[in-house]
Amino acid sequence: MKRRTFLKNGVAAFTLSFAAPAFLSDLARAQGATRRNLIVLDLSGGNDGLSMLIPYTDSFYYSRRPTLGVPAGTVLQIGSDSSGKALGLHPKLTGLKDIFNQGRLALIQRAGYANSSRSHFSGTDIWSTANPSNTTGSGWVGRYMATLPAPLDPLAVWNTTGDTPHVLQSATVAVASIPSITGYAFNSPNSGTEATYEKAAAVSIASHVPVDKPHVAFVSTTAQAAMATLSRVASVGTYKPSVTYPNNGFGQALQAIAGAMAKGIGTKVFYLQTGGFDTHSGQDTTADAGAYVKLMVTLNAGLTAFYNDVQNLGMMSDTLLLSFSEFGRRISENGSKGTDHGAASVMFAMGGGVRGGIYGTAASLNLDPQNPTLENSAGDVHYETDFRSVYAKVIDNWLGGDSVGVLGGNFKKTGIEFV
Amino acid sequence: MASGDALIEHLLRRAGFSAGSDELASYSALSYTQAVNRLVYFESVADTVDSNLGQPGFLGTTSQGPFSPDTLISDARQRWLFRMVHTNRPLQEKMGLFWHNYFATAYSKVAGSVQALDGARLMNTQIDLFRTLATGNFREILLAVAKDPAMLIWLDGDTNTKAAPQENFGRELMELFSRGVGFYTEDDVYAAARVFTGWNLKRPSSLTDPDGAFSFAYNANQHETTAKTFSFPVYSNGSKTIPARAASNGMQDGIDLITALASHPETATRLVTKLYGFFVSETVPPDPGFISSLATTYLQNDTVLKPVILQILTSGQFRDSSVYFTRYSWPAEFLVRAIKETGWTGLSAGTCLTPLVNMGQDLFEPPNVAGWPLGQAWFSTGAMLARMNFASSLAANQKFRLATAATAANSSPTALVDFLADRLTVDLSSSVHSDLVTYASAGGAWTGSDTQLQAKAPGIVHLILGSAEYQFV
Repeated sequence: MKRRTFLKNGVAAFTLSFAAPAFLSDLARAQGATRRNLIVLDLSGGNDGLSMLIPYTDSFYYSRRPTLGVPAGTVLQIGSDSSGKALGLHPKLTGLKDIFNQGRLALIQRAGYANSSRSHFSGTDIWSTANPSNTTGSGWVGRYMATLPAPLDPLAVWNTTGDTPHVLQSATVAVASIPSITGYAFNSPNSGTEATYEKAAAVSIASHVPVDKPHVAFVSTTAQAAMATLSRVASVGTYKPSVTYPNNGFGQALQAIAGAMAKGIGTKVFYLQTGGFDTHSGQDTTADAGAYVKLMVTLNAGLTAFYNDVQNLGMMSDTLLLSFSEFGRRISENGSKGTDHGAASVMFAMGGGVRGGIYGTAASLNLDPQNPTLENSAGDVHYETDFRSVYAKVIDNWLGGDSVGVLGGNFKKTGIEFV
Repeated sequence: MASGDALIEHLLRRAGFSAGSDELASYSALSYTQAVNRLVYFESVADTVDSNLGQPGFLGTTSQGPFSPDTLISDARQRWLFRMVHTNRPLQEKMGLFWHNYFATAYSKVAGSVQALDGARLMNTQIDLFRTLATGNFREILLAVAKDPAMLIWLDGDTNTKAAPQENFGRELMELFSRGVGFYTEDDVYAAARVFTGWNLKRPSSLTDPDGAFSFAYNANQHETTAKTFSFPVYSNGSKTIPARAASNGMQDGIDLITALASHPETATRLVTKLYGFFVSETVPPDPGFISSLATTYLQNDTVLKPVILQILTSGQFRDSSVYFTRYSWPAEFLVRAIKETGWTGLSAGTCLTPLVNMGQDLFEPPNVAGWPLGQAWFSTGAMLARMNFASSLAANQKFRLATAATAANSSPTALVDFLADRLTVDLSSSVHSDLVTYASAGGAWTGSDTQLQAKAPGIVHLILGSAEYQFV
């Protein structure tokens, strides 16, 4: 559930020429001092963290969720947090539990910020820009990429969805949007040499960037980037994964990411999204056909396949996946057997460099309006870890960047050394 | 570049989906004022477009069985594309698309609740509502949308009860449909949820019941009757509180709130700014005085939109040639314009559906309630390739017709390029024009033969439709 605010100056315009693309361009190789990548996963719609990481010994969890409480006997127990609260994963997250047991999955509880927005659009903008007070600027990942030596390779940032998400936007870094590898091709109404002439003409036409018409220039540079990246993207289509990915959008996007990594095309940041988390009604956390159950099955199957495939590639130590969602959900279920928009929720990080475990403490769900772990008259979970502190860890400890510069402030925090 | 009346072409791209040569000629025969009036007062033009479905000479359709747009969503999509291509009420169809994005409702959730057949029916009903109220009274549009079965499912109004008020519709009503972000509070959301308690859906007793259509029903038993107080005035005397009412009379709560929201200056400004972006320009910022004048027109006309749209289309801002081609085309606009300007005989709307998805606009399936991200967001690398590849398929499909039409322009590569650029109402830069001439000249001496035209004409059309310039309307 996203709405994007585009930068006044537009999303990155290409001004360089794209002569390079071999499989791994020199440019990409020069910037590849580290092969580390970051995969940003957007659980779109507002994920109900309390159904994903379940406080199954909290009686208020069950009294406030008479139909949505996941029975204690079915949760996948993963121990207790530092406050001693016992926690379990949703019963369908069996693969993620294995990854947790291998020490490669970190769960960061109660991530959020003060005065949490309950709007899908403002919330997504805030999580994307890492700036709750002004969401018209660039995305935090875009700002990090802009700190790398220019010019960046046009495939440095690979978006697996159709349009550029706010989190990737920046004034200087272009984003390749590749929802389908097979569709990422240049067709022609002619064949043979005639088609070759046409392709040459298309490349030339896209190279004209009229300075007096920035909007036309923007589209030209997009076309230019598309033409320049065709062969490298096509190479990803030849990837033969070592596991079978689920045949859904999420699974296929993860397969493309693994393929891009395996083919070494030089991408440093990937973005993917899986939606359906806006569970206002019929959330059903237990039946096989239940809405939330299906969300967990999709998430678990995709991430487990990806984890195993990347392990087999020997690339897990270079891989970090970080999730976010625009908000958590109301603690008490509503009359539609769903949950309305809430505040803080759980984030997770998965990868070879992750120090697995449960970070932060769970909220107490008792209805006392003075309960300090809740807000909105004990209606919603109050944040404990500023989400920007999580980003700071990723920027500083994984990407080797400067979180203070990228985030516009010092959000470093101890106690969440998950990476 | 185009030899026709550039202003009329601009008007038809914005207030419609551009025009094929015959249609363009019929508008060019009118004065500008007459052309605007024909578009805006569309009620005076007979709506006969559906009777041409399946007829020779028109865009084709492809269905799994008998064409059934009321029960099959892929047929519903084709019917809509057909209407966009062939309607003789272009502005009405264009406003249907505007409202589909404004009140963005997705088939998948509706069908998930009522099954595919009724999902298609309810989505069709909603689009027909947008057609009917296209330029009508915004208060009535909001009220109709609040009772629309697809919307009741989409934003969970069908489960809004007094024991547990549902916030989804109340929130979006203020955030996306009227005042906008920053002009309401969380407490307003809770109050609005209570206002619409009992605005539920009547479901048919059985799916085979011929009278069993889904419809709106006010369920007094589920209405929460206490007073509701907002942060903004609800009544003309400045009162911010909707009084406690008997449940039997409780539907008035929602009517009062919608009446207030429709006439708030914040709503007026937000709505006319969106109309400016839709009709005038996304790259030339609006003059604040113009926005303010449009908002005044809206409020002085009891929230009726027709005078606002008339004012926009006749304004100096709209007519100024500097705003031509300054709006990023939506995929549906790009596709329909390309078809209208290139040709459609022998083409099926069924082959357009997957390309539209790849370009990022699956009709009846907006990404979320805020609609599609507009402007630059349409133009990722993948989506740009999808546009270029649709252009390729269309040019290949129309290959022989294009070559035949171009026979009169076979004297030189330049003549051919100029002929096709004119047909496609595009404003090409000299460098792009030069690339096209180079392409037309490549591969041997120019003869202007049928064989040469059958290769070069579709090649040029493909390249023009895939150029940056063509992506703007």
